[in-house]
Amino acid sequence: MSVVDHREPTYADVNRDVLRTLQPPGNLYFAWMCLVGLILTCGILAWTWQIYVGMGAAGKRTPQMWAMYITTFVFWIGIGHAGTLISAILYLFRARWRTSIYRAAEAMTIFAVMTAGLFPLIHAGRMWFAYFLLPYANQRYLWPNFRSPLVWDVFAISTYLSISTVFFIVGLVPDVAALRDASTGWRRRVFAMLSLGWEGSDGQWRHYRRAYGLLAALATPLVLSVHSVVSWDFAMALVPGWHSTLFAPFFVDGAIFSGFAMVLILILPMRHFFGLHAYIQEKHLDAMGKLILVTGLVLTYFYACEAFTSWYSGDHFERASLFWKVTKSYAWALWLMYFCNCVSPLILFWKKARTSPFALYVVSILVLIGMWFERFNIIVPSLGHDFYPYTWGIYVPSLTDTTIVIGSFAWFFILFLGFIKLMPSLSVVEVKETMPAPMKDHGHGRHH
Amino acid sequence: MAAITETVLGVFAHVDTTVRALEELKSKGYHDLTVYTPVPVHEIEDVLERDRPVSPVRLFTLIGGLTGTASGFFLTIWSAMQWGLITGGKPVASIPPYVVIAFELTILFGGVATLLGMVVLARLPRLRPSPTFDPRFTNDRFGVAVHCAAERSASVRQILTAAGAEEVKA
Repeated sequence: MSVVDHREPTYADVNRDVLRTLQPPGNLYFAWMCLVGLILTCGILAWTWQIYVGMGAAGKRTPQMWAMYITTFVFWIGIGHAGTLISAILYLFRARWRTSIYRAAEAMTIFAVMTAGLFPLIHAGRMWFAYFLLPYANQRYLWPNFRSPLVWDVFAISTYLSISTVFFIVGLVPDVAALRDASTGWRRRVFAMLSLGWEGSDGQWRHYRRAYGLLAALATPLVLSVHSVVSWDFAMALVPGWHSTLFAPFFVDGAIFSGFAMVLILILPMRHFFGLHAYIQEKHLDAMGKLILVTGLVLTYFYACEAFTSWYSGDHFERASLFWKVTKSYAWALWLMYFCNCVSPLILFWKKARTSPFALYVVSILVLIGMWFERFNIIVPSLGHDFYPYTWGIYVPSLTDTTIVIGSFAWFFILFLGFIKLMPSLSVVEVKETMPAPMKDHGHGRHH
Repeated sequence: MAAITETVLGVFAHVDTTVRALEELKSKGYHDLTVYTPVPVHEIEDVLERDRPVSPVRLFTLIGGLTGTASGFFLTIWSAMQWGLITGGKPVASIPPYVVIAFELTILFGGVATLLGMVVLARLPRLRPSPTFDPRFTNDRFGVAVHCAAERSASVRQILTAAGAEEVKA
C-alpha cells in the first residue's frame, strides 16, 4: 500500500530526497526533543543524586548488586548488534535490502553502545575512577587480571565501539561529499570538511571498495564475539542459572532479535515523517519481520534448552534456581518474557503482519520489553537464589535507579533525533547502487 | 612524456556511453585517465581494473591485524609474568583466556590500519578540489578526464563526443 511507488527513483531523486530530510525541522520534532530532553534531565538529576548520596540510593544491596544497571547495560549492548550485523554480515552476504536501512541502523548501534557504556560507570559508583578499567599497571606494578571476563568485556566493548565508528565514518564519506555538492552556506563548509575532499574518482573508489570489504570481514566475527564475551561475564561464574556453555549463542541471538526490533522502532517513524516509502519499501519491512521471527524462534529453542539442561543436569541448585524463577517472586517477569519473546513474534508468520507498520511496531515494543526482562531474569532471580539460603534475597527497584534507566532511553533517542537532522540517515551511495544504473541503449538499464 | 599536457573532460549521463568512451580511449593508447562516478560501477571498474594490481589496502589490514594479535598476547603474557602469582594451580601465562584479548586487538588494529590505508592510498584528505572535478559527479553524472599531450586533445575530444558525451571541455 505504499504511496509513492509509481516510478523508480533516479540518481538525482536520491540526492534530492536525502537532502530533504535535512531541512529545518518542524514543531513536532522540537516537541519530541523537549520531551526527550526533559526525561534526560531527570535521569541526570537522579545520577547526580546517586553520586551525592551513595549507591544505597540505587537500592543496591547483596545479593543483587548487579540488578538494574547491568540488566540495562546488557540490554543496550544487545540493541547495538543489529547495526553492524546489517552493515557487515548482510554486506558480505550481498543482501541488497540492507542498503536503505543500514545507515540508520549503524547510527543506532553507535548510540546504543554509547548508552551501554554509561552503565558500568553508573554501576561502579565512583565513576571518576573509571580509568581503572584501562590496561595499565597500578602503583604497585600490578596489572589487570586478563583472565577475568570483566577485563575481556572492556576490550570487547571498546573494540566494538571503535570499529563500528570506523565503519560508520567510512560509509559516510562519499555520502557527505554528495551532500556537500548539493548544499550551500555553512552546511557546505561543514560537509566539505567531513567529506575529506572526496571526489569519487576511480583511484578513490578502488581503495574505498577494498577497504569497505575488509572492514566488513573484520566486523563480522566481531559482532558475534561481543555479546559472547558479555555472556561470559555470567557464564564464567558458578551461579546456578549462569554457568552454562549455552550462553554465548543464546546472547548473540537475543541481541540480534532485540536489535532488529529497535531498528524497526526507529525506521518506521523515519519512513513516515520523511516520506521515504520509495526507499524503505514493504519488502524491507518484510525482510526485517522475517529476521525477527527467525531469531525469536531460535530464542524460544534456547529457552527450552536452558530449562531442559537445568532439569536434566540433576544438579539440585540448578533445579532449585529454575523452580524458583518459574514459580516464585519473579515468576511474573519470567512469564512476561516468554510471552513477549516467544509468543508475540509468532504473528509475523503472516505476511500481512510483516508488512503492516502498526503490527511491526507493536511486536517490536513487546520484543524490547521482553528482551529487557530476559536480562533481568538472568541477573536478578539467579543472584537472589543461589547456593546458600542465608544469602537469598529480593530486589526492589528504587526511584533513583529506575529514573536513571529511563533517562538512558532519553539519552539514546536524543542522540538519534540529533543525528537524523544533521547527517544523511539514508545512504546516498548504497541506495543508488541498488538502483538500475542509467543506460542509454539497453532501455531499462542494469538490474542486480 | 610530452612537454605540454592538456586535460580534456567528458561528462556522461549513462554508464554504457562512459564504458564505450573508456574502451575507445584505451584502445587508442590513452591510459592516463581519471574517471569520476557517483557510485562504484562494475562495468567501469571492469575496464579500469583490467591492467591494475589489486588495491594494496589489504596489506595494511594484514599487518595491522597481525600487530594486534602479537600485541594482545604480548600484553597479557608479559604483564602476567611481571608478578608471577600462581592462582588456582593454573600456569601464570594461561593462553586460552588471553585469546579473547588477542582476538579483540586483532580486529581493532586491523580495522584502524584499514582505515589508515584507505586514507593514505586514496590521498585523503584533499584540501582543494582537483581541477577536473565537477559537483555533478557526486549526483548523477559520470566524468572521464583524459590527460594527454596538447596536440592530441582534438582527437580525444572527438572520441569522447563520438561515444556520447553530453559535454566536452578542456
